[in-house]
Amino acid sequence: MPRWLAHLVVVAVFAAVVAAAFARVHYAWNWAGVWEYRQKFVQGWLTTVALSLAALVASIVIGGLTALALASRRPLVEAVGRVYVELIRGTPLLVQLLIGFYVIAGAIGLENRFAVGVLVLALFSGAYMAEIFRGGLAAIPQAQRDSARAIGLSPWQTLRLVVLPQALRLVLPPVAGQLVSLIKDSSLLSVIAISEFTLNAQEVNAFTYSTLESYLPLAAGYLLLTLPLSALAHWLESRVRFEAS
Amino acid sequence: MRLEVHDLVQRFDGTTVLDRLALTTGEIQALVLVGPSGGGKSTLLRILAGLDVPVAGSVAFDGQPLPRDETALRAYRRTVGTVFQAYNLFPHLSALDNLLLPLVHVHGLSPAAARDRVREPLERFQLAAHAHKRPAELSGGQKQRIAILRALVVQPRRLFLDEPTSALDPEMTAEVLEMIGELKAQGTQFVLVTHEMGFARRVADELAFVGDGRVLAHGAAAEILDRCSIPRVRDFFGRILA
Repeated sequence: MPRWLAHLVVVAVFAAVVAAAFARVHYAWNWAGVWEYRQKFVQGWLTTVALSLAALVASIVIGGLTALALASRRPLVEAVGRVYVELIRGTPLLVQLLIGFYVIAGAIGLENRFAVGVLVLALFSGAYMAEIFRGGLAAIPQAQRDSARAIGLSPWQTLRLVVLPQALRLVLPPVAGQLVSLIKDSSLLSVIAISEFTLNAQEVNAFTYSTLESYLPLAAGYLLLTLPLSALAHWLESRVRFEAS
Repeated sequence: MRLEVHDLVQRFDGTTVLDRLALTTGEIQALVLVGPSGGGKSTLLRILAGLDVPVAGSVAFDGQPLPRDETALRAYRRTVGTVFQAYNLFPHLSALDNLLLPLVHVHGLSPAAARDRVREPLERFQLAAHAHKRPAELSGGQKQRIAILRALVVQPRRLFLDEPTSALDPEMTAEVLEMIGELKAQGTQFVLVTHEMGFARRVADELAFVGDGRVLAHGAAAEILDRCSIPRVRDFFGRILA
């Protein structure tokens, strides 16, 4: 069976099971009420796309710099990276958002909710990115660095021409997974009243009392972002794959 | 080349690997280092190649002492070529790109000039048909011959070869040794670490037996292989040539 057909069959069976479940509970659908607010879904979805994109770029930059800090031979630099990663990974994003918004942003006078949201999300995701990148760098055998030194490459050239091209191939799948998480985690920005996708769905629910009709489009909207990202990652992975020699 | 090594000491984590090693050669083209595993020959070669800095002692080629600081050592490494036992080709690059990388990024050739430079050697060693393959698609012998070419196309003053055939089966070993033999015939200077005693006898202008972190015997190949009176050396050859 070709792969695409297998995917299709599994999706169809899953959909049938869900449909059967809905049929049993006799849910009273009210799509008309929710349709009134379709503009809010579009607005919210676009906001989520925008802030996810911004946080995505920023988290890759933060993750890359932190990975270099984690690999540093200077204890203080390594410590800064390590403390940041462990604090962020060990605490809930919700708490980070609240502290970031009410305390830190307030203290430094940053009033743009969108900017604060993107920043906190990027710092959160950046900590995970850093560990992924660090693992990728560490996975390149010492023999490769030796070989690069033997032909006279500088440390910077070694990183750029030998280590990074190999490490990027290794980290592509986990990075894609982390980006998918980031998009979904952006839903938490609703707690600091950023008018993104999830907040708009919550509002529609409050207006219409139609919970599933409000939240099912929400799930579909996130899938619309995350599925192409996964597909892109798979495609990139297959394009750059090579057997280790 | 004329190599002078005095009082060379190397330690790793408190273990002494080279113990005041000394070696002075005549004016020669090919030096072969033999000896038991763990005896220090690869450690010595890495220092000669400018990859490691010894704890103490001095090394000089043709009267020129090797530097100790990394920047000067990098400049030195650009003038020599090193070949490793495990090939160490870059797996994300084709064989051709492995050859072009040092030419373009270290020696400043344009990509076109670099391609011109590698065309003839690739053909001479029957590797042109494999130039566009990734290392994973090459046989061990092909990988090692590409690795030797990568060291060679930058026109180094001399090559350092660290057990280049130890990871290869006999057929591929023959293929790589033949290539090294050709380099010898063309006048390339090299220092070779090997366990192939027959080949060592053929190419070595001088042969040094390295064991226990010292040069235990040194001289013409036949002299060391056939007539060495030192028990430690005789035992070794007795075991591996038996």
